[in-house]
Amino acid sequence: MVKTIDQLSIFVENKAGSLVQIADVIGASGVDIRAMSLADTADFGILRLIVDRPEPALEALRENGCIVSVTKVIAVEISDTPGSLSKVLALLAEHEIFIEYSYAFISRKKGNAYVIFRLQDNEKAAALLAENGIAVADKDDLDLC
Amino acid sequence: MSKYYQPEIETMPQEELRKLQSERLVAQVKHVYNDLPYYRNLMDEKGVKPEDIHGVEDLHKLPFLSKADLRNCYPEGMRAVPKSECVRIHSTSGTTGKRVMAFYTQHDIDLWDDCCARAIVAAGGDKEDVLQVAYGYGLFTGGMGLHGGGHKVGCLTLPMSSGNTDRQIQFMQDLGSTILCCTPSYAAYIGETLKERGISPDEIQLKAGIFGAEAWSDEMRHDIEKALGIKAYDIYGLTELSGPGVSFECEEQTGMHVNEDHFIAEIIDPETGEVLPDGEQGELVFTAITKEAFPVMRYRTRDICVLHRGKCSCGRTFVKMGRPRGRTDDMLIIRGVNVFPSQIETVLISLGYSSNYQIVVDRVNNTDTFDVNVEMKPEQFSDTVRHITRYEKELVEAMRSMLGISPKVHLVTPKSIARSEGKAVRVIDKRKI
Repeated sequence: MVKTIDQLSIFVENKAGSLVQIADVIGASGVDIRAMSLADTADFGILRLIVDRPEPALEALRENGCIVSVTKVIAVEISDTPGSLSKVLALLAEHEIFIEYSYAFISRKKGNAYVIFRLQDNEKAAALLAENGIAVADKDDLDLC
Repeated sequence: MSKYYQPEIETMPQEELRKLQSERLVAQVKHVYNDLPYYRNLMDEKGVKPEDIHGVEDLHKLPFLSKADLRNCYPEGMRAVPKSECVRIHSTSGTTGKRVMAFYTQHDIDLWDDCCARAIVAAGGDKEDVLQVAYGYGLFTGGMGLHGGGHKVGCLTLPMSSGNTDRQIQFMQDLGSTILCCTPSYAAYIGETLKERGISPDEIQLKAGIFGAEAWSDEMRHDIEKALGIKAYDIYGLTELSGPGVSFECEEQTGMHVNEDHFIAEIIDPETGEVLPDGEQGELVFTAITKEAFPVMRYRTRDICVLHRGKCSCGRTFVKMGRPRGRTDDMLIIRGVNVFPSQIETVLISLGYSSNYQIVVDRVNNTDTFDVNVEMKPEQFSDTVRHITRYEKELVEAMRSMLGISPKVHLVTPKSIARSEGKAVRVIDKRKI
C-alpha cells in the first residue's frame, strides 16, 4: 500500500475575492489548513491545500459551488541538511518520474520538513524511494490533526 | 444501392411536385385554421380564410410567423393536435430568449427521419454504412434527427452524441465508421485531433460527412475534407421545422435541395415582406405542409440566402438553397469579422459545454478585444494547470476555425455566469465608437 496524502485541489477564478471566499468556507467548516500552494495563470489559479480533515472541507466547498477535487500526493520526509532535497530529486529524475508540481511545509509537532510531490506514478515513486531509504509519510506520520 | 432514398419523390417532375405541394398546402391550411387558434387569429386579422388558399400560388396571402410568435406560444400554444397524439418534443436552446418547444406525432417523426435518410443516401450512404452521429442528443434535434435517418437507411448507427473526442476516434477506428454526422466545427476539431495523434486519414474508413447546424465556409469544407479524407455534405434544418433535413446537399455540392414535398421555401425581402423571385437574395421563409403537431406556416427563419431552381446533375428536382450567410439579427462585427453569438454557442454545444456563456467585446488602443467566458465542466477540473489550459486551447481553436478570428477563452466556475429569466445577456459590448 502506497502512502499518500489527500490534497484538496480547488479552482480559483482570477477575480477579486475568490480566495477569500474559499478561505472563509474552509474556516467556517472548522478545518485547519496545514500547507498551501497556489498555481496561477493569466486566467485562473489552482489552490492546493493540505488540511487536517479533508472530508468536511470538501463537502463545504462543494456546497458553496466551488470546483474541488481530491488528489493523491506523496509527502517525502526530508532531513534538515544541505543536499537532502537534491538527493530525492536526482533519484526521481534518474528514473524518469516526472514531477507535476511540488511544495514544502514543516510539521510543527515533529519538527520535520516535508516536500509534497504530485507525480505521474505514485506507486513507482514510492517503491523507488523506499528502496533508497527515503521516508514517505502518510496522514498519521504527518500528524495533521 | 440506389442514388436516392425515395426516387419517386426526389426526382418528381416539377409540375407534379407543385401539384402535390398545392394539395398538401390546402389541407394544411384547414388543419391549422381549425386546430391552431393562434394562427387562426392571425389569418382572421389579415382577412384570409382557408377557402382563399387554392394552391402554392396563394401562399403569399397567408400571414408570417416569426420567432417571436413561436416564443409567445411557449410552451404549447403552437401544438395543433392533442397532447396524447404527441410522442416527442425537441426544443431550441433559448439563449436568445424564451425557448421554442416543438411537438411531434409519430407521423411527424417518420417524415423527419425520411428527410434525414434522403440526406444520408445523397451523401452516398446505404445499409452497409456505419453512421457515427456526433451531434448532441437530447432536446437539440441534431442527434436524434440523423439517428432516425440512419435507422431508416439501415446503417449501423452509433449514437455517440457530441464531445469526448478520444472516444469518438476510438469508435471510428474500432468500428470502421464510414459517415460522420456532426457540426462542421466539431468535424474540424476531430480532424485536428487525428493529426495530433498521428493518425492519417488513410487509417480510418470515413468516406463522407454530413455537417450542419451552424454557418461554415467553403474553406472550412475543404479543410475538413482534407483532414478526414472525406467528401463533406451540408445539411440544413431548424427545430421550428423539425430539425436537420429540411434541406440537404447532393454530390454536386452546390447548394442544398429542399425537401419540397414537406416544406415550401420562399425568399422574401426582409424589410417589406414581399416575395422575391428565385435567384434573388433575401430572407428564407418556410411552410411545413405535412407536419401534424407543430405545423409552422410561413415561418421567417431570419436566414439570408438564395434559392436556385433548375436541373441538378444528381437528377433531383427539389429547389436548391445556398448556404445561409447567417441570421439577420444579433450579429457582431469584431476586428472587421462578422461574428454571430449562435456560432459560439454551436461550438460550445458541439464540445459538450453549457450554452450559458458570455462574450465580452471592448476596444483597447484601437483594436477590438474579444473574450469568451465559458463555464467549465466539473469533470474537466484537474489539479494541474496544463490540463485546464489544454481545454482552453481546444475551445480557442474550435472558435477560430468557426469564426476566422480567435477569442480569448476563459474557463469559469460552473453556474457562475448569471442566468436570466428573460433575454439572457450573452454579449457585453463595451466599445464606445
